Amino acid sequence: MTTPIVAAPDGFSLPDEQRRLIKWTVYLGFIVLAVGVLNGLDQALNYAHIDIFRFFPGMRTYYQGLTAHGVFNAIIMTFAFANGFVAMAVARGLGMKLNHGLLAASFWTILVGTLLTAGAIVNGTASVLYTFYPPLEASWPFYLGLALVVISTWITSANLFVTLAKFRREHPGQRIPLLAYMGVVTYVFWDISSLGIVVEVVVFLLPWSLGLWHGADPLVDRTLFWFTGHPIVYFWLLPIYMSWYGMIPRQVGGALFSDSVVRISFLLFLIIIPIGFHHQFVDPGVSRELKYAVAVLTFAVFVPSLMTAFSVMYALEIGGRRAGGNGLIGWFFRIPWKDPSVCAQVLAMLAFMLGGITGLMNASYTMNLEIHNTTFVPGHFHLTVGTAVALSIMGIAYWLVPYLEQKELWSAKAGLVSSWLYFIGVLIFARGMISGGLAGMPRRTAISLVPYAEPPGWRLAGILVGVGGSLMFIGAVLFFVVIAMTVLAGKRTEIADIPYSVTLVTPQTSGWEPGLDRLRYWIVASVLLCVIIYGPFLASQFPLQLNVPGFRAF
Amino acid sequence: MNHEAERYERLFLIISGLFLVGFLIVLAYTSIHMGVMLPGKVGVIEAKAGESLAAAVFRTPPFDHLGVKKIGPDDYEAVYFAQAWAFFPREIDLPVGARVKFIATSVDVTHGFFIAGTRVNMMLLPGQISEETYTFRKAGKYLLLCHEYCGLLHQTMHAWVIVK
Ligand code: HEM
Ligand SMILES: [Cu+2]
Ligand SMILES: [Cu+2]
Repeated sequence: MTTPIVAAPDGFSLPDEQRRLIKWTVYLGFIVLAVGVLNGLDQALNYAHIDIFRFFPGMRTYYQGLTAHGVFNAIIMTFAFANGFVAMAVARGLGMKLNHGLLAASFWTILVGTLLTAGAIVNGTASVLYTFYPPLEASWPFYLGLALVVISTWITSANLFVTLAKFRREHPGQRIPLLAYMGVVTYVFWDISSLGIVVEVVVFLLPWSLGLWHGADPLVDRTLFWFTGHPIVYFWLLPIYMSWYGMIPRQVGGALFSDSVVRISFLLFLIIIPIGFHHQFVDPGVSRELKYAVAVLTFAVFVPSLMTAFSVMYALEIGGRRAGGNGLIGWFFRIPWKDPSVCAQVLAMLAFMLGGITGLMNASYTMNLEIHNTTFVPGHFHLTVGTAVALSIMGIAYWLVPYLEQKELWSAKAGLVSSWLYFIGVLIFARGMISGGLAGMPRRTAISLVPYAEPPGWRLAGILVGVGGSLMFIGAVLFFVVIAMTVLAGKRTEIADIPYSVTLVTPQTSGWEPGLDRLRYWIVASVLLCVIIYGPFLASQFPLQLNVPGFRAF
Repeated sequence: MNHEAERYERLFLIISGLFLVGFLIVLAYTSIHMGVMLPGKVGVIEAKAGESLAAAVFRTPPFDHLGVKKIGPDDYEAVYFAQAWAFFPREIDLPVGARVKFIATSVDVTHGFFIAGTRVNMMLLPGQISEETYTFRKAGKYLLLCHEYCGLLHQTMHAWVIVK
């Protein structure tokens, strides 16, 4: 069984040398993901009191492995995937090739960045976790590498903008095709969002690690980190929404019902950037008023995800009914569950519903007081980034890798088994993490080494984490086997196009709707809201106290 | 078919929106009527030129007197400082019903201050003072944990609050 592919209506195909760069960008993501999930296994077992991390090659402490897990999975894998997948989708949407120089520059930048960061983590000079809060002080290659990884995404944005500008010149008066629109807004959104972390790393931490500053300002650095650290979750998610909106409808034989709804939901993400303070609900030095204002905005950013839920479910329903499903939910069983790409992504959506609910619980600050920094939090985000995003990426890979390689998928059945194992695994894992968190079990802790007797509720929680995490790990290994075998031993075949969806209501060229494409105005609105929320706080921190000395006992 | 879908979508969004507003109202209620508050801005500790942060902490009240102080019939103040990888004091005793204001800071890295099973949950940042108030209604031996990664022996960093 192969994934259904539509022929390109306008005969578009990506030049071979661009296809190759996109391929290696995405594969870089898969390689770091493989290392990341191996560490995930060790962490899950740690919560079940099985201490194996000392036997991991190149890993001396639990926290060294945890740093690798967070940095590789959540930062490098997701960015590499976005750089490859979104660029490809925009090229396809516009029916134009990308700028080759920028594509190559982006690839080499993220590769060098990854090597520097990974080197620092492996040699033990950067066990600062993926949040690297100063005054924990890593060695300079860690910061430089991270900066390069982020800069690679800026190079990709430049590429998208250049290509879009060319499209607009050549097609005056035309609306931006939806697939390209989603990709471009994702990167505009990210360019603004990433400013916090770039300033933190380039202006403060990197020079500090080179001895140019004498200390750090922990509160300001945390704030800059979370300025980016919340919206980063949408940078993980929006490429997935592109697949759910722009490709899944085609893959299930359905259709997307409204073009404008999609654009509006992407614009809402663009506008509601500055809500990172909800990660600092229990921080000192931030006023209550600001925290409460951000809590309300955080609830608002739930709306575009609800819109997505509706559109995507509707597309699935159209497909399921066309395939003969009826009744209130009968259609759900008629979507092509045997297609590993669909199966993985629909399971990812189910996980995301649970992730959304637990996210609302985190955002309710009274609840946050109970669970901040407990295992409830990794319980929540393994449903979101760890599954909704990661399992969707695996699902996308089941057509993307064959498309990029022009080879048949090695085994659809193995892909299906992988997806189900991962999904069932994460349900057990999250159940353990969440109940542990409610019982006060701290996250980011080598639980297998604690010196005190554990409170009730932790033991069972930890065992569930160990069992669920092991299932996830086996699922992930199976995914890598399928991909590796496709690349190395897949049968040659011709795959003309990506699964490109049509919309039921096509974009209008008159009325209010073209206003959605005038990104300039929406960018201004977005920046304005950032200034309103962050401006006064940051201004109140001047003059900065760069005086807390670095700390390296890890 | 589309008009119908649009109607459903509007309905779906309105109902979900009402849920979100409902949640916010509940949140406001718990804050205003039940007094469940987030920690806010308290104060900073600034080291003088050439002085270490630890020295600055120990000369700044209330950190010059660590531990529990009774300040009213049921009111207490518990003053802590955190340093990799321990809390001081390591153990405190309180009577059931004590309303305690925890005041804490860190002298080196970011630490967490979390009493498992309660909503005493705050971050300790070097140079910043953290404060939170909580009433202990049940007797027990409460585990005070550092729940932010703070280096190699982070998992050992804990203390006890004994409520009798
Ligand atoms: C086999 C699959 C996986 C397993 C078994 C696993 C397991 C774990 C465990 C047990 C933790 C908690 C560690 C702690 O707090 O001490 C953790 C943290 C984390 N995981 Fe995973 N994970 C997996 C996959 C993923 C994926 C795919 C992503 C993202 C794409 C991810 C992102 C993260 C992040 C960001 C953290 C937080 C790291 C930190 O607190 O510094 N994980 N993982
Ligand atoms: Cu600590
Ligand atoms: Cu700690």
